[in-house]
Amino acid sequence: MSGIIGYGAYVPRNRIKVEEIAKVWGADAPSYKKGLMLEEKSVPSPDQDTITMAVEASKRALKRAGIDPKEIGAVYVGSESHPYAVKPSGTVLAEALGATPEVHTADFEFACKAGTEGMFVALSLVQAGAIKFGLAVGADTSQGAPGDALEYSAAAGAAAFIFGNAPLVAEALETYSYTTDTPDFWRREYQYYPQHGGRFTGDPAYFKHIMGAAEGIMAKAKMKPSDFQYVVFHQPNGKFPLRVGELLGFEKKQIEPGWLVPKLGNTYSGSSPLGLTATLDISKPGDMILIVSYGSGAGSDAFIFKVTKRIDEVRDLAPKTRSLLDANKNYLEYGAYAKYRGKIRKAD
Amino acid sequence: MPTPSRSWREIPQRYRLEAGKCTGCGFICFPPRLVCPRCGSREFTKTKLADSGKLLTYTIIRVAPHQYVDQAPYAVGIAEQDDGTNLTAQIVDCDFQDLKIGMRVKIEFRKIYEEGEAGVILYGYKFVKE
Amino acid sequence: MRNVAVIGVGMAKWGELWGKSLRDIFVETALLAIEDAGLDRIDSMYVGCMSPGLFIGQEHLASLLPDYLGRNPVPTVRVESACSSGGLALRQGFIDVASGMSNIVLVGGVEKMTDVNGHEATYALGTAADQEYEGYHGLTFPGLYAMMAHAHMAKYGTTREQLAMVAVKNHDNGSKNPLAQFPFKITIEGVLGSVLVADPLRVLDCSPITDGAAAVILCPLDMAKRMKKPGVRIAGSGHATDTIALSSRRDITWIESTHLAAQKALAMAGRKIEDINLFEVHDCFTIAEIMATEALGIVKKGQGGKAVQEGLTSLRGRFPVNPSGGLKAKGHPVGATGVAQAVEVVKQLRGEAGARQVGGAKLGLTQNMGGTGGSSVVHIFEAE
Repeated sequence: MSGIIGYGAYVPRNRIKVEEIAKVWGADAPSYKKGLMLEEKSVPSPDQDTITMAVEASKRALKRAGIDPKEIGAVYVGSESHPYAVKPSGTVLAEALGATPEVHTADFEFACKAGTEGMFVALSLVQAGAIKFGLAVGADTSQGAPGDALEYSAAAGAAAFIFGNAPLVAEALETYSYTTDTPDFWRREYQYYPQHGGRFTGDPAYFKHIMGAAEGIMAKAKMKPSDFQYVVFHQPNGKFPLRVGELLGFEKKQIEPGWLVPKLGNTYSGSSPLGLTATLDISKPGDMILIVSYGSGAGSDAFIFKVTKRIDEVRDLAPKTRSLLDANKNYLEYGAYAKYRGKIRKAD
Repeated sequence: MPTPSRSWREIPQRYRLEAGKCTGCGFICFPPRLVCPRCGSREFTKTKLADSGKLLTYTIIRVAPHQYVDQAPYAVGIAEQDDGTNLTAQIVDCDFQDLKIGMRVKIEFRKIYEEGEAGVILYGYKFVKE
Repeated sequence: MRNVAVIGVGMAKWGELWGKSLRDIFVETALLAIEDAGLDRIDSMYVGCMSPGLFIGQEHLASLLPDYLGRNPVPTVRVESACSSGGLALRQGFIDVASGMSNIVLVGGVEKMTDVNGHEATYALGTAADQEYEGYHGLTFPGLYAMMAHAHMAKYGTTREQLAMVAVKNHDNGSKNPLAQFPFKITIEGVLGSVLVADPLRVLDCSPITDGAAAVILCPLDMAKRMKKPGVRIAGSGHATDTIALSSRRDITWIESTHLAAQKALAMAGRKIEDINLFEVHDCFTIAEIMATEALGIVKKGQGGKAVQEGLTSLRGRFPVNPSGGLKAKGHPVGATGVAQAVEVVKQLRGEAGARQVGGAKLGLTQNMGGTGGSSVVHIFEAE
């Protein structure tokens, strides 16, 4: 029996509202808010990046896991905004936690599902008996091109999970991955901003893969939507996860605890992982949770977790995800936001 | 631009706040040293600084050195950590008017600066409100 | 140990000297001192300069300066102790003559700061702090002193207005000094309205970026007497160090190195602080002067702010501090400052200070400090 033994979340304190972005580009804020079901998104400070958020989320996961970092056998960071193109985020994370030198480290990349990829591999190594504990983080400080639809939602956040055999907080019952080559959203090397296929990112991309993974894992586990207390989907905007849930036969109340995007934005590799930490925060022993991520390019990873009694002992050992959304918020104007996100061209 | 060795050498202190505790008088040296400044002893045990403390003083830097220009204005302070050691660091995620001498702070891992667009990224500790 | 006299002083106008290089500035000033001394021989030179390397990419001043002064092969030492480089150069020169190793020693100080932009100058000055544990966190010198000010204000009730009064007093004095960089008066409102640099310190709390040099000629007192020159003797010299990082100090509101250096200098001179008629102290920031007056023992701990408010340290006060205008009005070409303080005291003791003259001056003290008090050098001069 393997699964999650610790989890942690990190969200930066800065926010920018949809109205603030819309005003600069002459867009109609109410229609964006309604269409995306999004009000505001998180913005990293200039001194925050994928690595810094990964470190803090991981420290919180360690607090809940209660283990010696030296026993971590693998450290994986999944992101599409790794600070370096060549030099892993994972080594800084492993060093900061004190897990070095006897540890396997790798960075993952697969658009928004890089986080769950790391989770998949860390869990597998634990299940195989190759390592005692494995840490996987999904973190991003994603960039949206100025004036593009994605600028309203591209946000920042991190979620960390430590996998092991004991003491289990949530047992991993099943995993399933669904992958095709689908160019819905991509970024070429040396390009600053990604590009996307507009409406092509809907049915043939997000919906096809999430549904493929969800139906695949439920068939494998011989379960149906009503067997789950909660389900977490990747959240590029507020609408898509509710719609895919509806299509699959889930109810809104199953989706809501992990539905963070209206006040957070799309944290890319952190998106479904943060939905999972938020869900774990309010779950009870025995709850079944389904999580299905989505990464453009394209693919979905699905996991089924069963919450154990230990959730009651660990949930309060670190900040809860919803409290990070609500606490100490600092609203930015577009100018400060553009400066923080490096969108202003400066002299060499 | 210094070679990465200079900052790499300080990683145990900057990432994990590793310090040395003098076996002679118990004084905690951060960073670790070869000679205890209080009693002159040369023997130390490895320790880590406490994660939290209280602010002894602070300022808000408005005219910054060139690597920090984009971060200005930013607050910097000296805190007395709960183990009695003083530590200097920036104070972030706190509105300037909320800064107070005596305020409780704790450590968070943050980026310190980047050596330009192509150079190494340097990380370290900063204070946030506890 | 022989008695040592200062028989020549030299200083030219300080400021942003765009047309002059470091060599020009040094040589011009050294020649003034040599002329004032009326001696042509130099046995050795000590020159304080904080960082020619960072400011102008030039090291090996120990060869460059005697070369351009036309004095090779005179042995020369460049002395560095951040902002106390000049005072420390003076001490080394004093020891050279007092020990009998040399007879005629030129002590100079020079800094050329305007060949880099403001940010780079801030960086260069910042190297006086702990690079890895203070500079690394984005601290600047104004920032470090601002933290000292903040703590001093919280502990002793020193006020923002009292800090401003230091700057106003020093500009009052500086307005009477034709060589000062800023020979004009300012007001308290002006200080309090100036731009914030590092809260609570504002632009007018801070000494400026300056190009300049100062020089003195030392010789045995007997030689000065034989030459019938107005004798000013170096009666005491003290030097002490403290931790480089402010956070390592036992008390961040107190400058222990100045206190110890002053005690040593006073002991050597056989004097008490009350005997001293005028002081040139290191007002790199207004708070530094307040803390220096406390560490020297002019006033009790924590009373420095009150003292300046009550006029104790004004030109006509009981303990005039910085009759030259201090670093604030005179300027602060880092390596030159400690020597310029000596130039002012010697002029005062000779009765040559013009409108700034402190009446009946017989004993003067200079206090030159490095960093946030990581080093301090104190000298006491006595009119013979």
